[in-house]
Amino acid sequence: MTTIAELPPGFADKVLSAQSTFRSVMDAMARPGSVQRIVPMAGAPGPLMRGTAAIALTLFDHDTPLWLDARMAESSDVVKWLKFHTGAPVVRDASIASFALISDGGALPSLERFALGSSEYPDRSTTVIIQVDSLVSGRSFELRGPGIDGVATLQASIEPFDLFERLHFNEALFPRGIDVVLVADDAVVAIPRTTRVVSMGS
Amino acid sequence: MNAPAYNFAYLDEQTKRMIRRAILKAIAIPGYQVPFASREMPMPYGWGTGGVQVTAAILGPQDVLKVIDQGSDDTTNAISIRKFFAKTAGVATTTATEEATVIQTRHRIPETALNANQVLVYQVPIPEPLRFLEPRETETRRMHALAEYGLMHVKLYEDIARFGHIATAYAYPVKVNARYVMDPSPTPKFDNPKMDNCPALQLFGAGREKRIYAIPPYTQVVSLDFEDHPFEPYRFNAPCALCGAENSYLDEIVTDDKGGRMFVCSDTDYCEGRQAAGHHGSLSAAPYKEKAQEASNG
Repeated sequence: MTTIAELPPGFADKVLSAQSTFRSVMDAMARPGSVQRIVPMAGAPGPLMRGTAAIALTLFDHDTPLWLDARMAESSDVVKWLKFHTGAPVVRDASIASFALISDGGALPSLERFALGSSEYPDRSTTVIIQVDSLVSGRSFELRGPGIDGVATLQASIEPFDLFERLHFNEALFPRGIDVVLVADDAVVAIPRTTRVVSMGS
Repeated sequence: MNAPAYNFAYLDEQTKRMIRRAILKAIAIPGYQVPFASREMPMPYGWGTGGVQVTAAILGPQDVLKVIDQGSDDTTNAISIRKFFAKTAGVATTTATEEATVIQTRHRIPETALNANQVLVYQVPIPEPLRFLEPRETETRRMHALAEYGLMHVKLYEDIARFGHIATAYAYPVKVNARYVMDPSPTPKFDNPKMDNCPALQLFGAGREKRIYAIPPYTQVVSLDFEDHPFEPYRFNAPCALCGAENSYLDEIVTDDKGGRMFVCSDTDYCEGRQAAGHHGSLSAAPYKEKAQEASNG
């Protein structure tokens, strides 16, 4: 049994660590495909990467229903840590989640199950945070869209391997859609719904 | 007791999280106005409470802040906000555009081209470009949902029918990323082309109206117009009286009650920079001549 005292700690400096983490995520969202680093360290229990943990401490609170994939939900360390440090309610219905945490990309559910927002309120959509193997090596991708000066390239080793194909549905849905944040350890790449990704092979 | 009276950058952490989430969605949906739970700030609505909240949510101790009001670093609003953040966040401040990492602005975009390491935060009074055409929020929201912007083109057409040209001179509507029509805040339309394909991230905060919106870097921003009445930025046909600039946005300053006037750069940092570099206009101010002499004397 884990008691509160045994939980890994949150940020040492809540205020400045959250600010620094947010700027990394904001820069990632504003410049899709660019790899941003998350500097502040927090304790990261079980399957939670340290980058994911920092993002959770920065953006989650009682206002943000949270959906966890099976591997996350099965880890009582993760659930307790999130509950203690963020207070975000964990929900089973992905369609009302503000954020989704995915540690097992291979088991990523159909993206239509998440909140896509409405035409009137496209911001009421789930931000899906997916932990991946690497954001510096692997297959090559070309990205186009707002935030990108022409073309950006990304090398990433990700699961599900067809993630970017599945994200093509954002094109027809716009302004509704899913925003994705990829995390590999302390590296972060964001793929907002406006970004078009083409696989260039390995 | 030495505990600080306020959190870093004034806002509490829960408020910052809420604003930060709104900013991320605003960036993901360029030009769409994200509702947010705007807080009361220690300044009245209309003084930049929206911009201040956005700045407070992004500002870190390593940032260098510049604040301008109508292009000027030296007016009451700009000085108040600059001091506010110097006091509550302890950040370095500057008046030089190129030194700043965060620039909060009321109604201007600096003349100096922005770079990719900068964030421009606009103070916005009325974020809804359709508000004066359709007062009901439910209706304007529906119009944005359907991308139904005919009403805005009718408004611009009525300008042409009445005045022979598009008479909208500020808050000139733009279309962002070929989807959302957006109010660029009451910047002169002279500044509209600077928003297009800008390397810097642009964030907009409207405190009273509780909206945040954004233009990501390198995003297409088109000023609405017609084939036979294309968009034209407006500028007084004169050089700056202080620095001689031929391509900056000018303020008209009445100098006496006999019709005397002078035109000077609205962007004070740009104007001072040019004067320091030796440019001068017809009415160059004496202190700069003295400074230049001092510099040349040793």
